[in-house]
Amino acid sequence: MRDVAIIGCGMTKFGELWKKSIRDIFVEAGLKAIDDAGVENIDSMYVGSMTSGLFVEQEHISAIMADYLGIAGIPAVRIESACASGGLALRQGFIEVTSGMNDIVLVGGVEKMTDGADATYALASAADQEYEVYNGITFPGLYAMIARAHMHRYGTTRKQLALVAVKNHKNGASNPNAQFQRETTIDGVINATMVADPLTLMDCSPVSDGAACVILCPLDQAKKYTDTPVKILASCAATDNIALHQRDDVTILKAVKLSGESAFKQAGISPGDIDVAEVHDCFTIAEICAIEDLGFVAKGKGGEFTEKGETALDGKIPINTSGGLKSKGHPVGATGIAQVIEIVEQLRGNAGKRQVKNAKVGLTQNMGGSGASSVVHIFRVV
Amino acid sequence: MPSPRYWREIPQRYRLEANKCKKCGKIFFPPRLICCECRGQAFEKIRLSDEGKIITFTVIRVAPQQFATQTPYVVAIVETKDEVRLTTQVADCKPEDVEIGKKVRLVFRKIQEEGKTGILCYGYKAVLV
Repeated sequence: MRDVAIIGCGMTKFGELWKKSIRDIFVEAGLKAIDDAGVENIDSMYVGSMTSGLFVEQEHISAIMADYLGIAGIPAVRIESACASGGLALRQGFIEVTSGMNDIVLVGGVEKMTDGADATYALASAADQEYEVYNGITFPGLYAMIARAHMHRYGTTRKQLALVAVKNHKNGASNPNAQFQRETTIDGVINATMVADPLTLMDCSPVSDGAACVILCPLDQAKKYTDTPVKILASCAATDNIALHQRDDVTILKAVKLSGESAFKQAGISPGDIDVAEVHDCFTIAEICAIEDLGFVAKGKGGEFTEKGETALDGKIPINTSGGLKSKGHPVGATGIAQVIEIVEQLRGNAGKRQVKNAKVGLTQNMGGSGASSVVHIFRVV
Repeated sequence: MPSPRYWREIPQRYRLEANKCKKCGKIFFPPRLICCECRGQAFEKIRLSDEGKIITFTVIRVAPQQFATQTPYVVAIVETKDEVRLTTQVADCKPEDVEIGKKVRLVFRKIQEEGKTGILCYGYKAVLV
């Protein structure tokens, strides 16, 4: 097992990119990453994409992306794990480099969600089609049921949920790649159009286009390419029941817990050692559950922790400094890689107004469906 | 004619058929081929109780196309008397009448229409008791 580093990053702006196709955005992100790393050849590539077939009726995107990136000939693999496709693609790239199979590996994620497909329908394919979706549930609906149970059990308030969105929009306001570079208010969240009670439109991440890519290489070669390689300390994934109703406790994201525990073990550190984290806030309640199940705060206390400002830029553990999925945007397949790019920028000290002081160790948590898959990575600047 | 994808789920959707692990007693709905508790592969067929209670719920205001004409509608996770949970609509009620812990009964109802020809698809919905 070789140590693995990230030596280059590139992403498109996230948003409604109507003038660009799925291949345009992936190639844009890929070229930026290749340029950032200063590598001349790519040995192998992984592409995370949830459902390009439903969104743009294009499958086989591993080959298309290698072709249009001008590197056809190399092996290219598409990875799908719903909204965790990007994170899981990184794990595959990590495995390929750590194993010694290849040296320079490009890992990207992409989704083009605004080409006219019914996004609610396409995203629902990440749930149990026959026993959840058949009966009329939607993704906002699944997370709304988690939110209602969390509020009932732990006393989490409507205001605390709203504060997740308020904080993430505040961070996103200073992220030039974010879809919504503007702040919002508690009232702005609570009074927005109701989507699935108790979640409003402003509790939900948006429908977005975007791509993000990183370049991996063995750590002992990394200094050839960059002065600030970021070492991958841990790369762990876990799964859970696909249907929310089959889990013993709907407020616990077991896959998040398991992937987090194994990642902390692999890295040899504890949650208290993390300086900055990007977690999967596809809905406001998801961030609260994620910070609890990763162990940043006790179960049931995530809402209170958020209300106290502990997850803000100057808090105990800054969460989603990029603006998160909520404000930065959520092109589902690209999200897992975009989270990693924010952490790399933080650890390199390049995050500008969003910079967390003395950030040395960072974590990303990327989740599929209502939590049936989760991927956690931990990074340290070298 | 309804699609195979529809009709092979009929025993579960029309009659709440589940299977119970002969080794550890765990009940699966829909039936499974292997028990995720004890890895047992011998099962007996059972029918779930139609009585249950609401574990959590939401009111869907924005629905995918095939449910768009039904909004707003309530969807809940219901636990039956056999301690099996399922996702189901709660019909014949005002959203404000639904609460966590309330008792429900599962009934046979139309759920949606399949494909462009609009074949009627049935299944279970909960009603408050």
